[in-house]
This record gives sequence, C-alpha cells and structure tokens, in this order.
Amino acid sequence: MAAHDAAIEVEHLVAHYGSRKILDDVCFTAHQGEIMVIMGGSGSGKSTLLRHLLGLNHPTSGSIRLLGKDITRLDADQMYDLRKNMGVAFQGGALFNSMTVGENVELPLREHTRLDCNTIRIMSRMKLEVVNLSGFEDLMPAELSGGMIKRAALARAIVMDPRLLFFDEPSAGLDPVASAELDELILMLRDAMNMTIVVVTHELESAFKIADRITVLDHGRILMSDRAEAVRQSDHPRIRSLLDRTPRSDSVDPEAYLQRLTREIS
Amino acid sequence: MAEHVPASLVIALGQRTVQSVRETGYLAALFIEALYWLALGRWRRQPVRLSAIVRESMHVGVSAIPIVALASFATGMMLAIQGIYTLRSFGAESQVVMGIALSVTREFAPLITGIFVAGRSGSAIAARIGTMQISQEIDALRVIGINPVRYLVSPLLAAMLLTLPALTVLATVLGLGGGALYCAWGLSLPPEVFFDRSFDVLTTTDLTHGLLKSTVFAVIVTLIGAGNGFNVKAGAEGVGRATTRAVVLGCIGIILADMVFTFLTSR
Ligand SMILES: Nc1ncnc2c1ncn2[C@@H]1O[C@H](COP(=O)(O)OP(=O)(O)O)[C@@H](O)[C@H]1O
Ligand SMILES: [Mg+2]
Repeated sequence: MAAHDAAIEVEHLVAHYGSRKILDDVCFTAHQGEIMVIMGGSGSGKSTLLRHLLGLNHPTSGSIRLLGKDITRLDADQMYDLRKNMGVAFQGGALFNSMTVGENVELPLREHTRLDCNTIRIMSRMKLEVVNLSGFEDLMPAELSGGMIKRAALARAIVMDPRLLFFDEPSAGLDPVASAELDELILMLRDAMNMTIVVVTHELESAFKIADRITVLDHGRILMSDRAEAVRQSDHPRIRSLLDRTPRSDSVDPEAYLQRLTREIS
Repeated sequence: MAEHVPASLVIALGQRTVQSVRETGYLAALFIEALYWLALGRWRRQPVRLSAIVRESMHVGVSAIPIVALASFATGMMLAIQGIYTLRSFGAESQVVMGIALSVTREFAPLITGIFVAGRSGSAIAARIGTMQISQEIDALRVIGINPVRYLVSPLLAAMLLTLPALTVLATVLGLGGGALYCAWGLSLPPEVFFDRSFDVLTTTDLTHGLLKSTVFAVIVTLIGAGNGFNVKAGAEGVGRATTRAVVLGCIGIILADMVFTFLTSR
C-alpha cells in the first residue's frame, strides 16, 4: 500500500512505567479506512499502547504519526486541532456522570464548534440514532446498562465525525448479543463513514469478525502485524497459544528468573 | 545522639520531607495553571465559562450559607458568654464588646468559614475529581481537547475566591449578632449600643485583614481538594483516602496559614 494512505504509523515505540519497560520497539501501520485490532493477553501492554496513541502518555522514544503528524512533537495547539479528528470510546465508557447522555454527546460539539444549541442537539441526536439510543438523551449515565453505556460512549466518540476512532475493549463485560451488536456497529462505521478504527481487545471471536488487520502484542512486543487471515494461519507458537487458548508454557530462563526475584532488593 | 537514632527513622523522615516538598510544588503548579486559564484561556481556546463559575459558586458558596451562619452566630455567642464570665472577675465586663468585635472580625469569622468550607467542599472536590480520575473521565476530557485544570479547577478557584470572602462578611455580621444578643441578655446592653461600640473600635484594616485571609483560605481549600483528587491512583479506596486527606490537610493548611498571616500582620 502507498505510504500516503497510512492513517497511523508507529515506529520503534518504547515506553516505561517508572523503570519498567512496558512497550519495546513497537512498530505497526494502520491504513485509511481499515479496522486494526490490537490483540494480546491481559498485561501485554494493549491499554498502554492505546494511551500513547491517544497522546495521554509520552513515550520514552519512538514516533507516532496520526494522519501524517508526529504527535510526540506537536505543541498543544496542533494537538488540539488533531483531536477534532480523533474519537475515543473508553473501556468503561467514561461518560461524565454529572451530565445526561445527551449532554455527554453534545460536549465535543460545544467545545469545538460555534454551532447554535439547536443544531448541536440535532447532530447529537443523529449520532444517538446511529448507535440505537434515540430517546435516551435525557437519562443519566448511571441509569444505563453496560451495553448502552458503551454505545453512548461510541456516540460521543463519533459526534465530530472523526477520521480516527479508538475503541478500548468493546466487548469486555457485555453479554454475547450486546457485544455482537457493537461489532456490527463498528463495521458499519467503517463502511459508512470510512473511518480508520483501532480496536483493542482480547476477545478472539470479535477480533476476527471485525478486523482487517491484526497486531498481536505480547509482553510489550509485537509478535505479528498483518492481515487477519495471515494471523489466523500463523504458526508462531505464542500466537497459536493465544488463538487456541492453551496456557503459556514459556521455558524458564534461570538467569532472568533470579534477576526478577532480586530486582527490587539491593 | 545522632548515632542512636535508627537509620530507618531518618530515611522515613527524609522521604516524607521530599514527598511534602514535591506535593507543595505540584500544588503551586496547579495554582499557576488554574490562574493562567482564568486569565488567558479565552485566547488559548480554553475559555473558563461564566456559567461554570456560577454553578460552582452555588455549590461551594450559596449552599454553605446556613451552616456558616449557624456556626458563626454560635461562636459570637460563645465569645460573649466566655468574655463576660472571664472579665467579670476583673470587673471589666464593659470591655467585652471590644474583644468580641476584634476577634470575630479578624479571627473567628474567616477561620470558621474556612474550616466549614474545607469540610464541605474540600472533600466534595477531592471525591468528584478522584472519581473522574479512576473512571477515566479525566482522560476523556483530555482526548476531547478539554484541559482538565481549565475545566474543573479554574471555575472552582474563581468561585471560591468570590464566595469565601462573601461568606466571611456574613459570618462577621452574624458573629457580632450572636455576641450582641447574649450581651443584651447578660449585660442588658442594647444591641444598637453593642454595634455602635463595635464600629467604634473596628477599622477597615480589621475587615480587610479578615477578607485577605479568606482569599488565602479559598486558594488552600481548592488546591488541596483538587490536588488530592487528581492524584487518586486506584479504586474506591483511593477516593476515600483522598477525601479524608483533603479535609485534614485543608483544615491544617488553613490553621497554619492563619497563624503565619496573623504573626506577620499583628506585629
Ligand atoms: N499506571 C500504571 N503504572 C504502572 N504500571 C502500569 C500502569 N498501568 C499498567 N501498568 C503495567 O503495564 C503492563 C501493561 O498493562 P496494560 O497496558 O494495562 O495491559 P493490557 O491492557 O494489555 O492488559 C502491566 O504489567 C501493568 O501492570
Ligand atoms: Mg487493558
């Protein structure tokens, strides 16, 4: 694929929490209009990678280009402009609890546009319609079910018609029906709005259903970043164990083991 | 001597000190940032909205009126009871009015107001921001492009700076009222004479002294509440700890600031 058509390019990303290295030399590319699923066991660094893609954390080294702009080098104003093109649905929804569902969805429009109140209301209702929540705009987030919260969060994420959409664990904590509905919604958004969508998940079924490409993360490293079909057919032992749900059977390196045990003591 | 002090104690003390210095630095940075958005936010596409300031003023100021009124009235009365009782042994009851007028205006009104607002609002601020922190609402603000300090702290700081002095004026009036009421009963001193004598001894300096203190308290309560909220790391327990810390540190901060302020201005 041509380079100009890349929506997200991550190069040699290294990130630490304190002195612990969480991401190690992460590289991948997501193209315009495709769904990139970031997959990996729990603790593999998926959420950390997402926080870096969102510009919430600063990497130790490496670069992250979103829509051609390296967010590790942008100043506050440029980042502000870029954020109009990014939508994020957090794992727990992160709806503002003191506002109604409608006000939550309207907030990005109020902050970024000078549209009048009625236009803003209509636009946010349209997005609630998209996620099948029309008529719920006057409820408080606490009055919604888990699936509805995620859909409301999705409505807020897409209300500015962003070119990039990030979704953290869409199916976590949902029943199979609700999670299948969300998968359909994600597919529909890509097709109807040509968004580039990054989905972080550890649910295999949902991952293969929606993914154009899959990036497999393990202990902070990329095992593979390729088309979904290629990942499914991979014979890499760690990927197979993730796909076949076999417990990991890493051989223990005695040296590293000893170092882990004694690291904090000195 | 020094070698008898256990090393662990010294280390713990050192760590505590470093931590306090770091926290103070953090709160100072928070203060500067909140002021920055108040002054320049409009031109940096991060406006502090008047509606937000009004809403916060209702929360921290207007709804604190009943409790502050009651507490300051009772304090004024308590001062009168205690003053008359103490001064009677010198036969100097008539001096009680001066004592009440000065101590209510310079000390008790700002202090009582500050402590009550720290208890009511300091904890509420820490709980609100702490909950937003763990439910990723703060992150959600940032990805939408809303600076959390501009959105959450600046309106609050403005509201505190407006309402705490106003509450302090109210507390002064009601504190004097409480004193006047008891003097009317205990000394048969008509309230209008009480107020006349009070205004004779009070100068504008006394009033501005109290109001200046209340603005310092406003800053302390806001920063300690918000700072503890932002620093919540994990879970509901973390929020609980932050609210307790906000109240305890807020009250201590107010009393220490009061002491320093009084020392500097009363010499
Ligand atoms: N705020 C944090 N501070 C320190 N370590 C963290 C923090 N968040 C996550 N970690 C650590 O980073 C590693 C990766 O975590 P995370 O990115 O949440 O993984 P995943 O989302 O794949 O489950 C884990 O070992 C976790 O303990
Ligand atoms: Mg995670």
